[in-house]
Amino acid sequence: MFDRILPYILAGISVGGQYALIAVGYTMVYGILRLINFAHGDIFTAAGFFMVYLTASLPMQISIPLVIVLTVALGFTLERVAYKPLRTAPRMSVMISAIGASYLLQNLMWYVTGGLAKQYPVLPWLSDNVQIFTASTKVVTIVTPILTIGLVIALVMLIKHTKIGMAMRAVSHDFETSQLMGIRINSVISMTFVIGSGLAAVGSMLYFTNYSTVTPTVGAMPGLKAFVAAVFGGIGSIPGAVIGAFVIGISENLIKAAGYTAFSDAFTFALLIVVLLFKPTGLFGEKTAEKV
Amino acid sequence: MKKVIALVLALMLMVPAFAMAEDIVKIGVFEPSSGDNGAGGKQEVLGVEYAHSLKPTVTVGGVEYTVQLVNVDNQSDSSKAVTAAQELVSAGVSVVLGSYGSGASMAGGDVFAAAEVPAIGLSCTNPSVTTLCDYYWRICFLDPFQGSVMANFANSLGAKKAYVLTMLGEDYGNGLGHFFTDAFKGLGGEVVSETFPEGTSDFTAYINNAINAGCDAVFAPCATTYASLIIDQAASLNVTFPLLAGDTWESSVILDAAKGKNIEVYVSTFFDENDDGAAAAEFVSGFKAWLNDNADKKTNNGGNDIVAAVSALGFDGYNVALAAIEAAGSIDAKAIAEALPTVVYDGAVTGSISFDEIGDANKDMAYVKKANTETGAFDFVKTQTVAGL
Repeated sequence: MFDRILPYILAGISVGGQYALIAVGYTMVYGILRLINFAHGDIFTAAGFFMVYLTASLPMQISIPLVIVLTVALGFTLERVAYKPLRTAPRMSVMISAIGASYLLQNLMWYVTGGLAKQYPVLPWLSDNVQIFTASTKVVTIVTPILTIGLVIALVMLIKHTKIGMAMRAVSHDFETSQLMGIRINSVISMTFVIGSGLAAVGSMLYFTNYSTVTPTVGAMPGLKAFVAAVFGGIGSIPGAVIGAFVIGISENLIKAAGYTAFSDAFTFALLIVVLLFKPTGLFGEKTAEKV
Repeated sequence: MKKVIALVLALMLMVPAFAMAEDIVKIGVFEPSSGDNGAGGKQEVLGVEYAHSLKPTVTVGGVEYTVQLVNVDNQSDSSKAVTAAQELVSAGVSVVLGSYGSGASMAGGDVFAAAEVPAIGLSCTNPSVTTLCDYYWRICFLDPFQGSVMANFANSLGAKKAYVLTMLGEDYGNGLGHFFTDAFKGLGGEVVSETFPEGTSDFTAYINNAINAGCDAVFAPCATTYASLIIDQAASLNVTFPLLAGDTWESSVILDAAKGKNIEVYVSTFFDENDDGAAAAEFVSGFKAWLNDNADKKTNNGGNDIVAAVSALGFDGYNVALAAIEAAGSIDAKAIAEALPTVVYDGAVTGSISFDEIGDANKDMAYVKKANTETGAFDFVKTQTVAGL
């Protein structure tokens, strides 16, 4: 029994870790701006394409940091161009702007790449095969959850124990008052996008090492599932997003193991509906009443 | 003032009409160059373009017409295919070639039928493409045949239980998977069928299901974007059974994915590069030279000069279209549609082409090939005819 279930659980943990890295980006932006950054999945895809094109001409040691830098720059620019000018606009306008930014990025990638699937480069060591008890898998499957949890702990430390972290908590708590207290709100928001995009870049490396085809729309599904994970865990809460991501990743694979392959995605979204029915703010969400 | 503007606009509408006074006949190329089937669609277009470069004109009733190819991208998507088909109809094409992917062809078929423009399917193998549309013809074999070819082949490899994996709601894969299942069960085998939702990238659970069910062959007719993921993940799970698929997998995407890995991949297809027929040999050498002369074309072929079966079908399809225009003695779409059933084209590189009453080509031979994981090319395994089944 264990032999049969193990490969599914391994795959689930690995997928969950990748969702978690994307979900943290969603949840942080929501926590601070009360904005669902729909373009986050496309930033993740763009990181995949950066890697494909950079490794074509540069060695791996330079490409990997450069991919992170470029992705961070993309996230930063996105915020400055699409969200900052709308700071005082109604929240709905920013949301529409986010949807627009998502389609813009997707179509830009479609245009630049010609719409064809690109093969992701093989990252040394991560792509090697490894045997765990009876299951054979790639090293990345094991590395993903460890790296994810490590990065999230570092992030929580940053938020709890540094000055910028304190500013983030303040902004998240009360946007206007913190502004009055002399917190430079724009740099705090930029920092949020920088961290979110950086994690998405790391997530994309882990994801595409496992699933080596990059297409312009490849980020849509993991982006959506990570969003579900963030809502499931209580949007705005970082540990909530991580736990939500692992729950979704593992249960998705167990559903497939049970033979209901056609329903694996339907299950993810049904889970979201059920959680929202019984716990509208998610597992670890704030309990403040809010008008949307 | 308004009247003047209206008059000017009306005159401007007539400008294209003057431009058309030249003797031009338009052939629509209805193919995906992006999306899941983009790679294959581009190769099919290459075959059409090569044929066009050899025969750029057609003579009808003593007048020499220049053939103009009108390319549209249907993005491998049934909903976008409708718009792309409408674009071709409004461009005034006389006949349409394509599409790679049965789903897109079926979606476009309604538009072509409404406009009474004949379409010639090149590599779309689902039976419904022609049975559901009176204006669709086709020059390749069909899925019931292809399904039983692969079922027989799996059986000859000694497989007793097959795992059939297709994409949820995709016409081509579901059809072919169904015909394979029927044929394989008819041979006394067992079948486990599963489907994956669009956009899936994690196939490890499916492959584990196949392993746990004790299957000794996997049949996965799906788009090449998914295929490369399936091959990659099957190899990292150290599977011992072979992967089988239909014509879509005969692509350099598959070769790239399988190269250097310990995995067996078999495909059935329409044409073999090493065919020793005179027409085929001439086509292969000419096409390779043409690819090597044009860097862009070579990139579209996947960066090498391996001749894909769909390119051969594209080549034949263009020539069949010209033969139909000549037989009709007109460049009128409806006249061509009426002439098409009588067309017999013997010069085809994929075997002589004639149509039955449904509009399907009378073809009865498939080639089974194996992906060579060392050289990164397809090795010929065997040919299979209907009679031999």
